[in-house]
Amino acid sequence: MSSIFDRKCPQRAGGLFPTPDVPADGAQKLLPASLLRPGAPRIPCLSEPEIVRHYTHLSKLNYGVDDGFYPLGSCTMKYNPKINEDLARLPGFTQAHPLADAKLVQGSLKLLFEMSKLLSKIAGLADVTLQPAAGAHGELTGMFLVKRYFEDRGEDKRCRILLPDSAHGTNPASAALAGFSVTEIPSREDGTVNLGALEEVLDETVAAIMLTVPNTLGIFEEHILEITEMVHAAGGLCYFDGANLNAFLGRARPGDMGADIFHFNLHKTLSTPHGGGGPGAGPVAVAEQLVEFLPVPRIVQDDAGYHLDWNCPHSIGSIHSFYGNFGVILKAYSYLLHLGDTGLREVSENAVLNANYIQEHLKKTYYLPCDRLCKHEFVLSAKGVAEGISALDIAKRLIDYGFHPPTIYFPLIVPEALMIEPTECEGKETLDQFIEAMEQIAVEAKETPQLLHDAPQRAPMSRLDQTRAARQPVLTHPFDDSSG
Amino acid sequence: MRYIANTDADRREMLTTVGLTSLEQLFTDIPQRVKDRFQPLSLPARTEMEVARALEEFVRSNNDWHGSISFLGGGIYDHYIPSVVSHITSRSEFYTAYTPYQPEVSQGTLTAMFEFQTLVCELTAMEVANASMYDGATALAEGVLMAERIVGNKRVAVAQPLFSHYRNVVDTYCWASGIEVVELPATADGRCDTAKIPDKLSSLVIQSPNAFGVIEELEGLKDVLGKALLIVVTNPISLGLLAPPGQFGADVVVSEGQPLGLSPSFGGPLLGLFATRKRYLRQMPGRIAGQTVDTKGKIGYTMAAQTREQHIRRERATSNICTNSALCALAATVYLANLGANGLQEVALLNLEKAHYLARQISSLSGYRLAFQAPFFNEFTVQVPTNPQQLRAGLQEEGFLVDNPTQLASLGVADALRFAVTEKRTKEELDHLVKQLGEIR
Repeated sequence: MSSIFDRKCPQRAGGLFPTPDVPADGAQKLLPASLLRPGAPRIPCLSEPEIVRHYTHLSKLNYGVDDGFYPLGSCTMKYNPKINEDLARLPGFTQAHPLADAKLVQGSLKLLFEMSKLLSKIAGLADVTLQPAAGAHGELTGMFLVKRYFEDRGEDKRCRILLPDSAHGTNPASAALAGFSVTEIPSREDGTVNLGALEEVLDETVAAIMLTVPNTLGIFEEHILEITEMVHAAGGLCYFDGANLNAFLGRARPGDMGADIFHFNLHKTLSTPHGGGGPGAGPVAVAEQLVEFLPVPRIVQDDAGYHLDWNCPHSIGSIHSFYGNFGVILKAYSYLLHLGDTGLREVSENAVLNANYIQEHLKKTYYLPCDRLCKHEFVLSAKGVAEGISALDIAKRLIDYGFHPPTIYFPLIVPEALMIEPTECEGKETLDQFIEAMEQIAVEAKETPQLLHDAPQRAPMSRLDQTRAARQPVLTHPFDDSSG
Repeated sequence: MRYIANTDADRREMLTTVGLTSLEQLFTDIPQRVKDRFQPLSLPARTEMEVARALEEFVRSNNDWHGSISFLGGGIYDHYIPSVVSHITSRSEFYTAYTPYQPEVSQGTLTAMFEFQTLVCELTAMEVANASMYDGATALAEGVLMAERIVGNKRVAVAQPLFSHYRNVVDTYCWASGIEVVELPATADGRCDTAKIPDKLSSLVIQSPNAFGVIEELEGLKDVLGKALLIVVTNPISLGLLAPPGQFGADVVVSEGQPLGLSPSFGGPLLGLFATRKRYLRQMPGRIAGQTVDTKGKIGYTMAAQTREQHIRRERATSNICTNSALCALAATVYLANLGANGLQEVALLNLEKAHYLARQISSLSGYRLAFQAPFFNEFTVQVPTNPQQLRAGLQEEGFLVDNPTQLASLGVADALRFAVTEKRTKEELDHLVKQLGEIR
């Protein structure tokens, strides 16, 4: 794969910017020589068609939701509606400067205000901050809120966060980044919380529990009310990771389950695109007793309209440059307007039905560690499919069948995990094709295992050498002296 | 709903397969007490046409940005974005893909990440860069935390002329980590006073061009820091002309990447640039692409140095970041590739020359003078003869937008306004602004 730095670099004319209409003084006259760059950065000067062809070619080496089925567990790779992309590009939105007078950005402020209200209602909680730029950023904000809450109450001994061993890696990382220590609770076999184990670790040093509901095996915590009551009784707070909200959208609310803090992933549940890794948005909803600690500025409404309120003495402070990822929030707001209450229910209905349908079929061929009603996703194990066949082999072979592989090797408590999340958008026809491919691969695993070890064969690249990338890191273009 | 493919017949058939008779039975595992408490949004479903109309209604209550002339800056700038940028980032192969965990079908994203990292290193003269952070402010906060992991001391010194949104975020992250933030005041020329640097620091944070627009003197600064890391916050467009922080021994360089082909978008999504030295790679936050080969020996890219990251290292990870600003990084990559080294220098020079022209013209008005004598790039601070709030309001009525003077006031500079000038401003607009300033008294 060649990068732009592999191109010969002739000096081509610009043509982007006009010649200066003010005196062309030159940098040497306006600035002292010691502040000037001695040599230009090595960026090739290519023609516009060369640029367009290079990146168009690169785009064709990618696989996105628009290319086909993308059952990546825990990531909710649903369709990204086109209308939302168009609306986010309206110049009145994109040109709005974050430091402009509030009078000039009433539409943008109103949109954020209205979105906060909708998300509060979906969460069943008192208020929302839209500042967090991603799910993990929302978790971190949540952990900051927990810290500030106990600081305010003078309970400085509460320094521990509890989480199940099936938790996403971001949960312990966020807790640690906020200065907490982490205590893992061993899960039961289905990944649900072991109430006995929870009881044992609950004491006056526990600040909060972080839970994903449904859990990362796609199983709803049937004892969710008992769990949150136990934590509350011990004086702790309950943080819910919203990665799996698609499972109960429009029919249950985290606040009603005992959550004090809940983060959304707008790029999962509310259809905004993942962008090859970002940007997303991770708004955080909180219960009444935590509202005063939310990040500043808050967006408020009064007789004069919408404005920013910085006067929140108990706030944790700011956690983003401005007000969060406005362009992403806007797309999610548009999606909510389209769905309404009926659409939200259809989302969870179809997401859960699709997951159970695939599970029912594939449990005949693959080991299903937790054989019961699942929610929006489920986890198979590649163990036992055939001697010497790994989850990785199956994932790579799926690429040859034209599908994006599921999440593999997560959650950590299932060996050789294949985590499958179809989302509501896929129809039965696609699911049947996927089931057939998975069944075929199971046969191949026994009869022609080399096909799996050599996969993918029909992708732009064959398997990449990860060990080499780790051992001999080449992290920027290796310029040689004659180039550039 | 438009985005669901299953028909009623499909759903019936699928329910039968899973042994259920109603969709409601899919949710019997949610406690009834929870379901009983549920309250809907009272939000009707809308057609696509109605949604478009509703959102256009919001836009109408915003300013007509094409009708006004912006001198707003403070970290977010009104630069020209070549058409190529949105045409590439609108390709759904890029924007509908996930994080490239399966490199064989993600070479587009991964190659662009590798290019982005190289471009950031070239701009800053640093050795290694990650594939993006959320924004400049969180990139800085992560830089401060990284320095703390490397050096210890639980104390960071921050130059006072730092954009307040950077400072606010650093304060929050440092509070949670128990790191003390001490402030280095500015001297009369608008530069950070580096004569009295406290000892036992984990890092020193300095912004150049700084919150007054002034270019800091970075030469020799690293030498007086001892073990503490030098963290420089910069503006990527300025690096088309200005000596890069890496040249002065910076250990970490962070920046807001918005000037590189992203619209202001009311402050998000933005793009955090983060670059450092190779020796700190294992302590670095964020995702990184690396070059490797496939089984046939063909060069390709994959995620590298993943053992630092949360999905492997969990509570011992260098950061909790997962989702970043990948598509914004792609925009910046295409922007820089489209300009090339020549175009970048050209646009930087236009910014410099236009800003200096405006500064000269404003200074020639009676009662107006530059607040600081030190060199600046495309943003500068002016002492004004009247109440700056009233002046700002007066200018706004005439269609000229400038930053709120409370930002400067909070940095100890009263009776002043800050102007940012990009390549988009014409001489006619600049002259018109000067004329207005002369008339508002």
